[in-house]
Amino acid sequence: MFGNLDFDVIRRALPYLFYEGMTFTLTLTGLAALGGLVFGTALALMRLSGFKILGRIAGVYVDFMRSLPLVLVIFWFYFLVPYIGQWVTGASRPISVGAFASSLITFIMFEAAYFSEIMRAGIQSISRGQPAAANALGLTYAQTMRYVVLPQAFRNMLPVLITQTIVLFQDTSLVYVLSITDFLGAASKVAQRDGRLVEMYLFAAVVYFTISCIASFGVRRLQARIAIIR
Amino acid sequence: MNYNWNWGIFFQPNPMGTGTYLDMLLSGLVLTLKTGALAWVIALITGSIVGVMRTLPSKGANWFGFAYVEFFRNMPLLVQLFLWFFVLPELLPKSAGTWLKQLPNAPFWTAAIGVGFFMSARVAVQLQAGIGSLPRGQKMAATALGLTTFQGYRYVLMPMAFRIILPPLTSEFLNTIKNTAVAITIGLLELTGQARSMQEFSFQVFEAFTAATILYLLVNAVVVTAMRFLERWVAIPGYITGK
Repeated sequence: MFGNLDFDVIRRALPYLFYEGMTFTLTLTGLAALGGLVFGTALALMRLSGFKILGRIAGVYVDFMRSLPLVLVIFWFYFLVPYIGQWVTGASRPISVGAFASSLITFIMFEAAYFSEIMRAGIQSISRGQPAAANALGLTYAQTMRYVVLPQAFRNMLPVLITQTIVLFQDTSLVYVLSITDFLGAASKVAQRDGRLVEMYLFAAVVYFTISCIASFGVRRLQARIAIIR
Repeated sequence: MNYNWNWGIFFQPNPMGTGTYLDMLLSGLVLTLKTGALAWVIALITGSIVGVMRTLPSKGANWFGFAYVEFFRNMPLLVQLFLWFFVLPELLPKSAGTWLKQLPNAPFWTAAIGVGFFMSARVAVQLQAGIGSLPRGQKMAATALGLTTFQGYRYVLMPMAFRIILPPLTSEFLNTIKNTAVAITIGLLELTGQARSMQEFSFQVFEAFTAATILYLLVNAVVVTAMRFLERWVAIPGYITGK
């Protein structure tokens, strides 16, 4: 059944697949995780701030994002970002935003909703005595968060955050719907050019599988190492 | 914003000759629900079997459950759909492959099976956690009563575990419905796909996506409400959620 397959096509496409495709995928994953974490933490702080309106806004945003399919959100931002850009810069026409910028904005906004739920759980896992003690030491709200609560919340939630990043890494393949050359996009372009769908898609599957497997194995090791002994 | 809003577009006839643009979106919604429902049935059945295997006192079964979950969890859904759709028919014997390729509604069946197996790994993990959260005594009591392993799972462990994991299962069900949107890549005209083609035909981008968004939010609200009732109905007396 593998008789008439030509695995040499993979070897010939390797530079293109990794220099073009995988670089895009990994850069997008890294920046989106970073941006998502920053925005997500801000959303979590809004929700836990005690200001009703702020909490409400953050809650609605998170629920809204989480009830939409990522593919639809990708389309939304792809068409919306040029108009937002026009509005922000005051240009006379919708500005053109590159494929990378558009998908980066999409993933940051989308992942922020998921990261915020993780950070919220992390912040809530800190015992009440900690902020109380920080308060007693005369720390301001910002200092309490910066030096006492967030570092611990981040540490507690690190395995979950990385797991979410692995999911994000897999989800970035969905930029395929915008014909962007990420790893899967590159594989698919070669596959269609050479008529070698089976080889290229199998190879893409193996690569995604290997990277995700190694990463989740690492998460398990990490979890055992950083667990705080109480 | 120099964008020509035209909310009346939904009541104009679509170029497919199947009624208005609204009809087009609604047919997409129906397909999303159908695909999601079939995928969920597959996910529940296979996920339950694999989840139970991970808790059985057999090394082989544990290992199989572990490998199954890792296999389906560590590949993007999109890649899995491509494997089912483009790769599987080529690797089968010629006659079977041709039959698969000529199947009417191939994108629908592929999407349901692909999303179903993808989600089954997640269901398995939830069920394993649910069974693991039960006190050890439950299993022992079942054995002491003379129940076989199968009976123990059927009458003691599973009814408890499923009720405990009902809330996470609700969100997995919602994920199943949302994930069917990925099937747009293999040509399934579900809700997102119909919104996209409406945008291509009419150039009314934001109206099309707004309508799709509202429909997804509605589906979400209906499922969440229905599951709240189900949760209250099957709640276990004595637990926090129970009566």
